[in-house]
Amino acid sequence: MIRYALYLLVGSIFGAGLALSRMVNPAKVTGFLDISRAWDPSLAATMGGAVITTFLLYALAKRRDHALLGDDMPAPPAQRIDLALIGGAAVFGLGWGLAGICPAPAFAVAVLNPTALWFVAGLAAGVMAFGLIGRLIAAKD
Amino acid sequence: MTTMVDLTAGDWEMAAAGGILIGLAAGGLMLGAGKVAGVSSITARALEGRLEAILFLVGLPLGALAVTAALGLPVPVAFAAPWRLVLAGLLVGFGARLGNGCTSGHAVCGMARLSKRSIVATVTFMAVAMAVVAVMGGAPS
Repeated sequence: MIRYALYLLVGSIFGAGLALSRMVNPAKVTGFLDISRAWDPSLAATMGGAVITTFLLYALAKRRDHALLGDDMPAPPAQRIDLALIGGAAVFGLGWGLAGICPAPAFAVAVLNPTALWFVAGLAAGVMAFGLIGRLIAAKD
Repeated sequence: MTTMVDLTAGDWEMAAAGGILIGLAAGGLMLGAGKVAGVSSITARALEGRLEAILFLVGLPLGALAVTAALGLPVPVAFAAPWRLVLAGLLVGFGARLGNGCTSGHAVCGMARLSKRSIVATVTFMAVAMAVVAVMGGAPS
């Protein structure tokens, strides 16, 4: 029960941050990506604030053996740079640039403006397509 | 020639404050449950019917709605055409799963963990998204 409350609370705080930073507005995101014209660099402060705050809380978490709910802490991040990482990030960037929206803001804005549900539908299909292809490859091996 | 848009101090403060909220959420999920707050993998878990992942995704619009109502922020209206949103969602969903993360997983959580993979992924998807916006034009239509 506490676990479910934690996920709902954390999701709500995340969504509040996305609305406050205006990342829920595709025009804002596109302005941040549009370095050759009227560049709006303010989302760099969002990224900076998010990374620094996360870094500090992760440092606290690292000193613990287990999370507050008893879960194991994750293993240190993998280091291998491979084609899947770079190719996946490139395909992701293609979609992000096309619409100025990425997964978290799409969910966050979906009630305020249901137009975003078109993106959410595509997102779900893309995630499921990857899962399907992954299973086909695994079945072949 | 790069021209910056005219930003008031409030824009920067909101951008940074929003980022700090996102960081509190990401750090809170690690401290509480030992999990990285990657929204594309949370989406994949939600599609498998995992309740805690679904609750996180329900929290996103709740938090965004609360902040938008409390501060009287504008509701985003400028979205790309439906076909472009669906296509972007497909690319974003597939790419994020192939590259093992999206903006939240790589650009926030991974960078905060000083993961080399996340730094490479973030630089890649930002460069590609910037190139798409440079070619296709800024405002979504």
